[in-house]
Amino acid sequence: MAETQTKDAFVKFDRVQKSYDGETLVVKDLNLSMPKGEFLTMLGPSGSGKTTCLMMLAGFETATHGEILLDGRPINNIPPHKRGIGMVFQNYALFPHMTVAENLSFPLEVRGIGKSEREEKIKRALDMVQMGQFGGRRPAQLSGGQQQRIALSRALVFEPELVLMDEPLGALDKQLREHMQFEITRLAHELGITTVYVTHDQTEALTMSDRVAVFDDGRIQQLAPPDVLYEEPQNSFVAQFIGENNTLEGVVKEMKGSDLCVVQLDDGELIDAKPVNVSKAGERTRVSIRPERVEFNKERLQPGAHLLKAEVLEFIYMGDIFRTRLRVAGNEDFVVKTRNAPDQVRLTPGQQIEIGWLPGDCRALDA
Amino acid sequence: MTDATANGQTGQLTTADGKPLKQALARAQSRAKRKAFFLVLPLLAFILITFVIPIGQMLHKSFYNEGFTVHEEIGSGVRTPIMTNLAAWFDENPLGTEPNETAYAALAADLVVLKDLRAAGQAGTRINYEKSGSRSMFTKAARKADKLEPPFKEAILDLDKDWADPELWRVMRDASSSYTGNFYLAAVDRTKDVNGNVVMVDENRQVYVKLFQRTLFLSLLITFLTFVLAYPIAHLLATLPLRHSNLLMILVLLPFWTSLLVRTTSWMVLLQSQGVINDSLVGMGLLGDENRLQMMYNQLGTVIAMTHILLPFMVLPLYSVMRPINPSYVRAARSLGATSWTAFRRIYFPQTVPGIGAGALLVFILAVGYYITPALVGGADGQLISNLIAFHMQKSLNWSLAAALAALLLGGVMILYWLYDRLIGIDNLKLG
Repeated sequence: MAETQTKDAFVKFDRVQKSYDGETLVVKDLNLSMPKGEFLTMLGPSGSGKTTCLMMLAGFETATHGEILLDGRPINNIPPHKRGIGMVFQNYALFPHMTVAENLSFPLEVRGIGKSEREEKIKRALDMVQMGQFGGRRPAQLSGGQQQRIALSRALVFEPELVLMDEPLGALDKQLREHMQFEITRLAHELGITTVYVTHDQTEALTMSDRVAVFDDGRIQQLAPPDVLYEEPQNSFVAQFIGENNTLEGVVKEMKGSDLCVVQLDDGELIDAKPVNVSKAGERTRVSIRPERVEFNKERLQPGAHLLKAEVLEFIYMGDIFRTRLRVAGNEDFVVKTRNAPDQVRLTPGQQIEIGWLPGDCRALDA
Repeated sequence: MTDATANGQTGQLTTADGKPLKQALARAQSRAKRKAFFLVLPLLAFILITFVIPIGQMLHKSFYNEGFTVHEEIGSGVRTPIMTNLAAWFDENPLGTEPNETAYAALAADLVVLKDLRAAGQAGTRINYEKSGSRSMFTKAARKADKLEPPFKEAILDLDKDWADPELWRVMRDASSSYTGNFYLAAVDRTKDVNGNVVMVDENRQVYVKLFQRTLFLSLLITFLTFVLAYPIAHLLATLPLRHSNLLMILVLLPFWTSLLVRTTSWMVLLQSQGVINDSLVGMGLLGDENRLQMMYNQLGTVIAMTHILLPFMVLPLYSVMRPINPSYVRAARSLGATSWTAFRRIYFPQTVPGIGAGALLVFILAVGYYITPALVGGADGQLISNLIAFHMQKSLNWSLAAALAALLLGGVMILYWLYDRLIGIDNLKLG
């Protein structure tokens, strides 16, 4: 796990726990520190505690235990309006009875900023999201994407150092969402704001963030940059949750140093894997292989590598890639993705083949 | 299916076979429209028969009274014009003319007709509306109409010298036409003097304006009180989880399911000087037995009981606008730096204005026309204008005055409604 030094942590969760009913913990022992300027995404299925964390940071929920520090100051007892944190809500929460300009003016007015300075800041904030000529409109007269931009510029207009975003792109269609993803990251980096972004969309998390915290069951399962998260998942939840993943179950047969072990699958076949969450022979494990790392061209494999028999069940042409579904060791949902290249083989259903992989791509995780 | 094709020359859209698109659309929809019309027809007929026509007739009575012009025989329905001679004399002589022998002769002839038709009471009542004490003069004179001999002036004045009163003649002149605005004048405490100028009635008989003012004031007060009480309740209802809020809602609606009379009488049980509240206060020693609070048979009683009874009409529209307000608005305001008070004042409250408007309008209009509760707990002090309308409908039988009062009330409410539309906008109204 990537750790940041406590002294330059801008946002820090220190052993935070949260319970709503006094019986179950929604957030269990959360520790997290973020340096200034980082774009961190909290990713997880619904009910995993990520939104609760965000609400505690914003001040709408209080931590049952533990401390949250902002720029070195504990903020548990600071009311939301004094935290100076910008927030973008899932439904945008643009005030329906105010125009766009009045919406943006609101945080400046409550801060007692003078009229001319307000107007200047509003103009700058609107131009920033290319909405300069929409100041006089009501939120209801704007499209979803436009509302999203206004919500964003409203959260930024008072120049907060920390911005929280609660699934802000959930209501947009795919194309607009991708565009806004780019826009938000661009703004965040240009302005140097620290951003905490909550989403359940893993693509969004991977493309936008400096680091991603994967939440499940009230805990951070892994906190890492996107590439590390994808290529080196620390446990089977993360492996399953991020990207597409093939799993096979078995028992560790032999440890061959710290980088290699042999796993005997439940149907008796042997494979090579990289031990991650296993330490000794005899432990049950779940191995995870990414679909694009499966190889059926023996020439590309290391000599002596274990091979697995597979039967082609389905071949799907997807344009840029081919997606082949195989039966491997009794698992009928084993997927292989291959690039559409001139020399690429196209498999046909019913064909019997042998597959393998580099041991480093097959990770033996917890069962 | 018809394809709409633009006709370049006329700019009018036509269907594939060349018919105008609008016509084709109207034909396609006419069947559905006819069906829909037949569905609402019973309601339309019901409203027409039970609402529009009776109220129209009632309002008509406020400026049309046949008491001094036409006699309608009960049973046969035969209509006979009365006081025709006098009406003819009024037509020939302008207002202010001293009644001469011709006038008295006309009166005598009309009195004979009244006697024959047994209509003296009716005609006298009509005059009595504007000049009290006149009814007996008519019945007495009509009884002796046959024996009247010329000179009629002397003969009639012999019966009662009040027949020479110029005010009586002014009233008779106005009443000789069925159409009159005098009831509206009476409804605002005004009358005409002998020369036809509009003047105030005697100070001790000025009741209606004061009552209108009191009705307006009490209704506004009750509207304000219901608002103050209902706003927090509605907010609580809107923010509680549905399971709890349903239970609370039942408590709010409970008064709706009990009879108005029962609710009002329970307030009487509570408020009267030997009632529950006074007894408890005396029992606890907070109040001396001789200083029991007078909470009923005055305005206080009316205000308390009506505020309670009209409360649900304020709670429900407020609830219906508060329920869909997303809590993230207030959160957003807080995160943008507003204190909870500012967030309420600038973000939450403005969004509830349509509900406040609807509730206030509903409560105010109901309160302005309220009748039973003030009649039971209001005493003399707490009576509203509708109690007087009821009095004129049921006791004094001066339906024209009752109608004029009701018409003024209706007009007043409509002006307020218009003002509301101008200030807040009627499309900002949300009833549910």
